[in-house]
Amino acid sequence: MARKRVILKVWGDNACFTRPEMKVERVSYDVMTPSAARGIIEAIHWKPAIRYVIERIHVLNPIQFENIRRNEVGSKLATTSISKAQKTGNLAEAVTFIDEDRQQRAATVLRQVVYVIEASFEMTKQAGADDNLNKHFETFKRRAQKGQCFQQPCLGNREFPAYFEWIDQVADIPKSSLPELDRNKDLGYMLWDIDYKNKHQARFFRARLEDGVLNVPPFGETLQ
Amino acid sequence: MTAITNRYDFVLLFDVTNGNPNGDPDAGNMARLDPETNQGLVTDVCIKRKVRNFVELTQDDQQGYAIYMQEKAVLNNFNKKAYEALGLEPDTKTKKLPKDADKAKALTKFMCDHFFDVRTFGAVMTTEVNTGQVRGAVQLAFARSIDPIVPLEISITRMAVTNEKDADKERTMGRKHIIPYGLYEMHGFISAPLAERTGFSENDLEIFWQALEQMFEHDRSAARGEMTTRKLVIFKHESKLGNAPAHQLFERVKVERKEGVESTRAYTDYNITVDHAGKPEGVEIIERL
Repeated sequence: MARKRVILKVWGDNACFTRPEMKVERVSYDVMTPSAARGIIEAIHWKPAIRYVIERIHVLNPIQFENIRRNEVGSKLATTSISKAQKTGNLAEAVTFIDEDRQQRAATVLRQVVYVIEASFEMTKQAGADDNLNKHFETFKRRAQKGQCFQQPCLGNREFPAYFEWIDQVADIPKSSLPELDRNKDLGYMLWDIDYKNKHQARFFRARLEDGVLNVPPFGETLQ
Repeated sequence: MTAITNRYDFVLLFDVTNGNPNGDPDAGNMARLDPETNQGLVTDVCIKRKVRNFVELTQDDQQGYAIYMQEKAVLNNFNKKAYEALGLEPDTKTKKLPKDADKAKALTKFMCDHFFDVRTFGAVMTTEVNTGQVRGAVQLAFARSIDPIVPLEISITRMAVTNEKDADKERTMGRKHIIPYGLYEMHGFISAPLAERTGFSENDLEIFWQALEQMFEHDRSAARGEMTTRKLVIFKHESKLGNAPAHQLFERVKVERKEGVESTRAYTDYNITVDHAGKPEGVEIIERL
């Protein structure tokens, strides 16, 4: 079966693809993760009948970071105090005051990012009789060209909106302005995506930039 | 309460005179700035807080316009209310939503029906008394100043002391961070498909626009100086999914410093133009202010 490919340019002022090991004070990966790329594409068009496979992510801008510290709501309530409140019937036991539950958290986020996502998609078991690759490809293309979306896609967090543009073919992908030093870089282990079929297990892969392009391996070559 | 059926993108312009719009906890509460361009920043959550406060103030006790993320609010009590209203026992063991999908839906719906900010901005309600997670219809980005800002540190004195042992000092010094002037631009997005899920209605939308226009009027304080919403340009798409890319619409709002103005100190130092010419089909441009 011929694979239909979608190519999408996405960009924004800031981005935060949080590393799972640094979630409290968020630190972003150097480049977009495949799971974030999938999220962006699904924000434009998605149906249970299709599954996107991210193949390549082109990094077009230099990798730069900045720091932002914000007030966030802190912890959640302990189970014990709730069950205590249930027993005694006294709701005052189960109280969270936002003002007293403030946490100031820093985030190390990316700035001025531009990526090109190359993805193909395949049909899932839920595909009905009138679902076919061509139909979904055309729908996606039409929406991306018009700037239509289910919701404005974002670069990791919703406060960092992603602007997007349809790119017709690989030859039209703009030249990357990544400095020579960063063009071929080992980025270490990176989140590939969450395996929802398998108890939401996180899958990782060894991310390498090859001439400014992150090649994303298929599921079979990822690690738990 | 029928949900909205149009996508909206909007540009909000607000300014600050001799005040601090949003302090940076990392920089001793100095106004936030982008270290590379010296443009000022105001975070999305800062503006959301003001919208919540405005709605709380104006829609007082209106059915369905409670605010979940209140200052001094008791989150779990709200969640508990949802359970009680539906006659369910929260499952405190697993902290998961009820297994029964209908019950889970009912709980989330209860939250959406009663709380304006849950419908609008969404909420993660995976507290111990779990009512699920909601993605709101409205998405805000960081606001950024048009020109670089000049943060000033003003020293002030107080003719009194706090502690007895300092009584011979007679007075204490304090500091204020202000910026003389800054005009900020913020972009926002309202998704109709998400509004459908949370029940974000036309009435909610109207209240939201009002909140953006008037939020600073009720947020006066010593630190803020004078803050004003100057312009709100709304791009209303005919369709649910939209009729044009957001970034192209935002480019129609041009904010330029007037000729000969060296340093901006007032809103009148800028020329604001909204380009209505040759707008994409199916997009209506509404200038509310």
